[in-house]
Amino acid sequence: MSDAGCVSSAFGEGRAALIPYLTGGYPSLDGAKEVGEAYIEAGADIVEIGVPFSDPLADGPVIQGTTKKALENGTDLEYCLDLASGFSGRVPVAFLIYYNVIFARGVERFLSEASDAGVSGLVIPDLPMDESEEFSGFAAKAGVSFCPLAAPTSTDSRLDEIGAAATGFVYCVSVAGVTGARDSLPPGAVELLRRVKAKTSAPAALGFGIGSPETAAEAAREADGVIIGSKLMQIVDEGGPEAAGAWLGKVKDAMSSVGARG
Amino acid sequence: MQQKVDGRAGYFGKYGGKYVPETLIYALEELEEAYEKYRNDPEFLEELDALAKDFVGRPTPLMLAERLTKKWGGANVWFKREDLAHTGAHKINNTLGQILLADRMGKKRIIAETGAGQHGVATAAVAALYGKECVVYMGEEDTHRQRLNVVRMKLMGTEVRPVYSGSRTLKDATSEAIRDWVANVEDTHYIIGSVVGPAPYPRIVRDLQSVIGSEMEIQSREKFGGDPDAIVACVGGGSNAVGAFHPFVGRENVRLVGVEAAGMGIESGKHGASLGEGKLGVLHGSKSYVLQTEAGQIVEAYSVSAGLDYPGTGPEHAYFKDEKIAEYVSVTDAEALEAFTLCSRAEGIIPALETAHALFHAEKIAKELGAGKNMVVNFSGRGDKDVEAAAEALGV
Repeated sequence: MSDAGCVSSAFGEGRAALIPYLTGGYPSLDGAKEVGEAYIEAGADIVEIGVPFSDPLADGPVIQGTTKKALENGTDLEYCLDLASGFSGRVPVAFLIYYNVIFARGVERFLSEASDAGVSGLVIPDLPMDESEEFSGFAAKAGVSFCPLAAPTSTDSRLDEIGAAATGFVYCVSVAGVTGARDSLPPGAVELLRRVKAKTSAPAALGFGIGSPETAAEAAREADGVIIGSKLMQIVDEGGPEAAGAWLGKVKDAMSSVGARG
Repeated sequence: MQQKVDGRAGYFGKYGGKYVPETLIYALEELEEAYEKYRNDPEFLEELDALAKDFVGRPTPLMLAERLTKKWGGANVWFKREDLAHTGAHKINNTLGQILLADRMGKKRIIAETGAGQHGVATAAVAALYGKECVVYMGEEDTHRQRLNVVRMKLMGTEVRPVYSGSRTLKDATSEAIRDWVANVEDTHYIIGSVVGPAPYPRIVRDLQSVIGSEMEIQSREKFGGDPDAIVACVGGGSNAVGAFHPFVGRENVRLVGVEAAGMGIESGKHGASLGEGKLGVLHGSKSYVLQTEAGQIVEAYSVSAGLDYPGTGPEHAYFKDEKIAEYVSVTDAEALEAFTLCSRAEGIIPALETAHALFHAEKIAKELGAGKNMVVNFSGRGDKDVEAAAEALGV
């Protein structure tokens, strides 16, 4: 894979990368493509595609809802791979995927298919460091970056391990909780980012709960990337892909106003 | 290898593990540390034993079911009477031990999931006993099916939160309890209801339920001078079965038989036979046999018995199955209802519908063993909660 397609290539331009999430197959099989196009148009640096799973443990009500609808729409892994390949020539694509979907496919087969579709990063919310050693070995061989999660409850020694295992970025969970837009940046978020950045040279992206351009801008002061999911899915639900793209544009502007960081 | 079988490393063979969001790892490690610290602590054990005796009513009796023994004409049929434990089932053995741990860990708030409501009631009882705030997640569908247990929980001061996501049953209630735990991990302990979930839960719940097997071992010697020739227990998540089997694992002379729910029949696709029909997968934090589609989406389990209506099973059962330590079969709704009626009339004990699954298969085992042998059915719970469902199904 060329450098241009790698998730890590989206970082390090002296500003925080914008990483919008969409649920594959939501609001419809065609609609999700429009959502992704709107994200790219608005200046997304990475598009994160959620592969629907029947039991999304780490997700709050909004993404539970979009996931359920997506499964009803007939979304499957093939569809999500196809969706990814439609974007991956233009912008790096990451998957947010629960482990059982990978396991059922077969780890090596999945990685090879993901790589072929141009998926360059994997966020697996239910595969913590304790269970990921073998998997990240296979991922490295397939050339797909592993993006482990770090939480406010992670100890320093775990952050060491997480930092060492991150070949894409570290997905910093802003708050102990599930996904879902919140009004402001939780107080522990900045501290977590600083702790993670002290441990690793891998980019540290912040996700969970970022729900306004102001919060995104605030996050961008500290984070190498800002991940937005539930809020965008709400906007898609209310106003469609176009509205999501327009809102994301405002986020991009707000983040740019933070300016370049050293 | 011994360590793995013991579950200490979090695995039983290749089953088990900790497939949970990073946020929870801290809580699982904290729980594991607390458990290691207290599991052999004399003061902890003294408190547990005293409450097991006075609050729960242990030891539960081992009773000879004479009329069924005569009727089936095979081995002596013994009931290990977990139905006589406080709150009406074996579930209390686990919740009592876990509330003691939660209290020592300084947790103020307790959460649990429940399907039939038995685990919810057992959790509500110990939470009341220890003065803890308690929230129980229950699928919205189940809150109607098991209204009696909802009332019992409320009477003991527990908040019952109906879960509207997914299929609105036990699977979704479990997911919702885990989500609550992720968000409140600092002050909340999650009392999981069976030998499922991420490590160290399957081992802790197993150890706490092993009181069933330990008592059974002593009582068997007293009543018939040796080990049972077979132990039969129903398996949903699998805690009553593991608890009954555990002290006997590795003894060639004891046949261990687990009975899953075949629902409307295996071929109908509407059943709860994860060990018989599931594939290896990851659900609610551990790797085990799971009912799922080819694509890895979890499918709904079905059984007339809400306690067996779960698409996964404990990792230790998966290991027992592979290693042929225990054998697993399944029994349909109709067969379980037949045994439900038979046991009620022959022995004057209304079994839980879960237990009725074990009772149905017990007839076959009794006949295979033959006269003079001894078979214990783990009588996991009483059937009060099931009378409405049974009345409807049987036209009473």
